[in-house]
Amino acid sequence: MKKKLIIFIALLVSASTASVFGQSRKSLKINEVMVTNENSVVDDYGNRHGWIELFNSSFAPLEISSVYLTDDPAQPKKYPVPLGDVNTKIPKRQHVLFWADGEPSKGTFHTNFVLKPGQDNWIGIYDADGLTLIDEVVIPADLQPNMSYARKADGEGEGAEAWEVRSGLDNKYVTPSSNNIIKDTNNKVEMFAERDKNGLGMTITAMGIVFLALVLLSTCFMIISKIGERTSKGRKAKAHGTKLSDLHKDDHPETDSGEVIAAIVMALHEHLNAHDKENTILTINKVRRAYSPWSSKIYNMRENPRR
Amino acid sequence: MSFGDFLVQNLHQFWILTGFYNVTWQHLVMLAVGLFFIWLAIKKDFEPMLLVPIGFGMLIGNIPFNPDAGLEIGIYEEGSVLNILYNGVSAGWYPPLIFLGIGAMTDFSALIANPKLMLIGAAAQFGIFGAYMVALLLGFAPDQAGAIAIIGGADGPTAIFLSSKLAPNLMGAIAVSAYSYMALVPVIQPPIMALCTTKKERLIKMKPARAVSQNEKIIFPIVGLLLTCFVVPSGIPLLGMLFFGNLLRECGVTTRLAKTASNALTDIVTILLGMTVGASTQASSFLTAQTIGIFALGFMAFIIASTSGVMFVKLFNLFLPESKKINPLIGNAGVSAVPMSSRISNNMGLKYDPTNYLLMHAMGPNVAGVIGSAVAAGALLGFLA
Repeated sequence: MKKKLIIFIALLVSASTASVFGQSRKSLKINEVMVTNENSVVDDYGNRHGWIELFNSSFAPLEISSVYLTDDPAQPKKYPVPLGDVNTKIPKRQHVLFWADGEPSKGTFHTNFVLKPGQDNWIGIYDADGLTLIDEVVIPADLQPNMSYARKADGEGEGAEAWEVRSGLDNKYVTPSSNNIIKDTNNKVEMFAERDKNGLGMTITAMGIVFLALVLLSTCFMIISKIGERTSKGRKAKAHGTKLSDLHKDDHPETDSGEVIAAIVMALHEHLNAHDKENTILTINKVRRAYSPWSSKIYNMRENPRR
Repeated sequence: MSFGDFLVQNLHQFWILTGFYNVTWQHLVMLAVGLFFIWLAIKKDFEPMLLVPIGFGMLIGNIPFNPDAGLEIGIYEEGSVLNILYNGVSAGWYPPLIFLGIGAMTDFSALIANPKLMLIGAAAQFGIFGAYMVALLLGFAPDQAGAIAIIGGADGPTAIFLSSKLAPNLMGAIAVSAYSYMALVPVIQPPIMALCTTKKERLIKMKPARAVSQNEKIIFPIVGLLLTCFVVPSGIPLLGMLFFGNLLRECGVTTRLAKTASNALTDIVTILLGMTVGASTQASSFLTAQTIGIFALGFMAFIIASTSGVMFVKLFNLFLPESKKINPLIGNAGVSAVPMSSRISNNMGLKYDPTNYLLMHAMGPNVAGVIGSAVAAGALLGFLA
């Protein structure tokens, strides 16, 4: 009983650890930032402010209420994303835009700080505990008005190499609330169409994978069956009180097949005319069923209508 | 407007909504195809569990109506009853449920007893990739080619699952093609098997498989899941459910769950899957040159798959001692049409030697084919989705 309890507790702890890990908001990324907004996108009130775009890089929806946005490492809990707003649930691989206007009274997506032009702006996101840093970025001081500082690919990469300045020209578009890279085709399909025109590459690779999976499975079961065979022979030897090596001498696998055994049994049956009469023992056990209204059928079954 | 005019106008309105007003020759062709499927199932006993729902689904899906009337009855109209049922196909959750049932129904003993037979199941997947290459030659895009080629796996749920992800617009044609050829396995495979083997090879008698312990049967789905899904994580929905169903069957403590998975659940999902796949084959999208191409490629994929299974056994035999040779008549069973292709191996074996029962030997590659085609689908999904 004690052993079972320990196993149960261990399972419970491991399950809860797994679920905590599963709920981690590490997939939340700062994706694009504009410090000075003179002719870019406007907010719901028709005003222009600097903005911070967050991206859910996972393939599952992500709830971001109670995470903290801040521009000061000394104040990790500067702007808590409010609870109770359905829009704080970011769908898979989608974005939300926060206005850095210092006017949190305007709504969930208006922070209580502003980004400062002409100086480096550090931005960080902290998890609900206010201690775990989820993502951070330093926006360079020389970022010009209406230009954004964006990840080269949505939610990907770490460090300054993953970021670039976007002027809005030469395919370096400013893309608030949309993907930094606009995809109109499936890259994988395009790559196969371009580099593997006759499909030979796919055939070799995929058949290799199929064979690998089944060879692994096959090898594994050859080993398991050998171990199983050895174990059962060991048990048999122990039961006979002989050594394993001696047991091998008595084995006749070619004659021990099911068909041979079935034929022998049938022959014996024919010859001895066995099993015509069996000893029959009838045992009647009393079944104890203490009455309880909880288990009474009368409460479960519909009664017949009374005349 | 007089009362008479009002009545005439109402009747005219009603006439515009009827199937008689909206019918086109394409609708009639599709209705005829649906009736043909039902006839095949009832009169010829070709996969009735699949062809009756699909055939009747075709009738349901091809009754002409005015789509502009906003009645929300069409399978592609969001929120309609048929559309809700079709979600299991379009979002791909019916096939894994069918795989759960297959796992709960399948006895993997033959495979566990003779693990080398798994390689036949792998070799038969050449049908998929042979068809992939030809589909590319015919001008299909790689993702479409992958979705069409999976017909060669001879596994309806896998074909539906993969095509719903890679080429949803071709799914109806692919599903109908896959199920049609699965029904025609008894017609397609025997000539190939006879053509590829010599009389001496057909008479090979294989040793009876050893008895498999219950522990091995329990370990199989667990190890099978871990090994195959570590290699191809994109196969998790299919392989995960397949092995889960098998564990329910073999562990001995979940008999009720295994029974439900293999009977009631599978029946329910088969009904819904077959009917909605049939209903999704609408005349406008089905009667195209592309569909003919898909049927031709599917046929070719089946031939390549069956041939490669048989030829692989012949090749394998070159490396095996005389006492352990494999009868190449079980090579066709590497395609995963369970248990139809195993039965064909058995029938062919009995035809040449009335004492040579190959059924249990053929079940090994047959169930390996199920795993192999799911792995192949996972690989295609990983590369092309």
